[in-house]
Amino acid sequence: MTELLVREIATGPDAPPAPVPGRRRLGRFLLHRPGLVVAVLIVLTVLVAAFAPHLLAPGDPSAGVPAQKLRPPGPGHWFGTDYLGRDIWTRVVHGAALSLQATVIAVAVALVAGGLVGLLAGFVRGWVDEALMRIVDVLMAIPAILLSLALITALGYGTLNVAIAVGVASVANFARVMRSETLRIRQSVYVEAARAVGTRWYVTLRRHVLPNAAGPVAVLAVLEFGLAILAISSLSFLGFGAPPPAPEWGSLIAEGRNYLATSWWLCAMPGLTIAATVLSVNRISRALDGEWAAAR
Amino acid sequence: MTLPPLARYLGRRVLLAAGVLWAAFTVSFVVLYLLPGDPVATMASGGLDGEPVSPAQLAELRARYGLDEPFAVQYLHRLGAALTGDFGTSIQNGQDVGAAVTQALPPTLEIAVLGLGFAVVFGGALALVATYTRMRWLRQFLLALPSLAVSLPVFWVGLMLVEIVAFGWRLLPSGGVAGAGSAILPAVTLGITTGALVAQVLAKSLTQALDQPYTTTARAKGADPVAVHLRHALPNAAVPALTVLGYVTGNLLAGTVVVETVFTRPGLGRLTVTAVGAQDIPLVQGIVVFAALVFVLVNLAVDLVYPLLDPRIATGVHA
Repeated sequence: MTELLVREIATGPDAPPAPVPGRRRLGRFLLHRPGLVVAVLIVLTVLVAAFAPHLLAPGDPSAGVPAQKLRPPGPGHWFGTDYLGRDIWTRVVHGAALSLQATVIAVAVALVAGGLVGLLAGFVRGWVDEALMRIVDVLMAIPAILLSLALITALGYGTLNVAIAVGVASVANFARVMRSETLRIRQSVYVEAARAVGTRWYVTLRRHVLPNAAGPVAVLAVLEFGLAILAISSLSFLGFGAPPPAPEWGSLIAEGRNYLATSWWLCAMPGLTIAATVLSVNRISRALDGEWAAAR
Repeated sequence: MTLPPLARYLGRRVLLAAGVLWAAFTVSFVVLYLLPGDPVATMASGGLDGEPVSPAQLAELRARYGLDEPFAVQYLHRLGAALTGDFGTSIQNGQDVGAAVTQALPPTLEIAVLGLGFAVVFGGALALVATYTRMRWLRQFLLALPSLAVSLPVFWVGLMLVEIVAFGWRLLPSGGVAGAGSAILPAVTLGITTGALVAQVLAKSLTQALDQPYTTTARAKGADPVAVHLRHALPNAAVPALTVLGYVTGNLLAGTVVVETVFTRPGLGRLTVTAVGAQDIPLVQGIVVFAALVFVLVNLAVDLVYPLLDPRIATGVHA
């Protein structure tokens, strides 16, 4: 019913798309996309968990009540408890900070390094472009997880090293997008005009190329954020990330693995959290990638 | 200029493939040998269980692995050896790297090939049904599945399959290589991501192909809708899907790192995890170069199939 009504309002008055006030436009945009609203709420919850875990789970993530070990999900422990009687919800919430921190580092490494490579290749052109892009091609020929593992072999274990390794493995994607954006913008009339009036190259870069390339690169960054969560949790699951007592999402699943036959929730709940987060991030990236502009 | 276009096309591809291999070797050399961190110290501490190693022993080890030479000399030495197929010996047990990789290959190949088959069959079927059906809800449901599948952590999917199929229903073994059907769950886990990508790309290109004038013509002439879908649209839509397949096969191999750990199977993935754990640098490099080799060979094969599907590619005629 409500859906019908909403559609009626949206398409009813066949008026030209008059400038809709920003807030109403946002409201209408979201009303049509309940999935997107849920996605935003989930991401907000994850952010709260990362920055203020005590708001969502006041307990201590490493304190267990042995008498209540391996309780299935239910009132009191809605993600259940683990083999030491620790509340899994509390551990997942408190693990968000570590997982998110690693993800942010990974995306930042990829964004900065890949962005610089792409910018350089697209702006300087010539043999620099040729050489950089061949290196990028090779990075794409080596599967990301193997490249990350090679880096971990050289750098050693730990959350930070895992984050760097995941970031380096996705440098190539950013380099490609940044390069193609730079090439596109270089062709534009306003850059030509800027050059004609004698603007210096670094001003062109800062004033024209960077702001206009930011959009597509930001969309990619959100998308890579989801992929980085998956990659980091995989590497933690393999045991290369945070050492055991830390409640990182991937290591939580690895811990629960031994109790799979009897207590499914030990693995299922952290895994569902990862899946929900990644799905939400992907949904938001899709919304940013043209959906907003197309819904004018 | 004297070569026929097909031979020139193939020659170019082979040269490119060799270039990628060389570059993969170089990249892995830079990452593993040049990054800060002393390979010999990590090797020694890993191999001797953290016992302190005397400087003399370190120097001796360095000389044995040729690590006391300048990097350029080391690089040329190793590249020369690699060209003859010699990637050095594993630090863990002194086994030849090439032999270790080929030994670990069969069980991995088993699940990789099965997984690829699963991915092509299910991804292809999903795309075909989603583009064929007139039911809006079914189409939307099917098209939503791939993006759901790529958002799930692979190791978690594997664990949940073990939980449900192996422990819950007691249908298939939960791990190992013993018994019939032990490869099914790992293969499915491995194939899900690949299948999702195949489905996404194929659905998109099928939709495009079904919009083309030639399909309209075929339909106007009264051809059966299924025949239009399979005989007219599919061969044209298969080219992009094939490209994706070339790209994801390397990832299929890399996916075994996680899948073989989840299902406690021996194979290349397990070998990789133990090699990284022991900081076995020559073995890790060997595996990375091997993955690049597989990538290159599969893409070469894809390049060979292209001209069969679309003769314009080889002759360089534009559409």
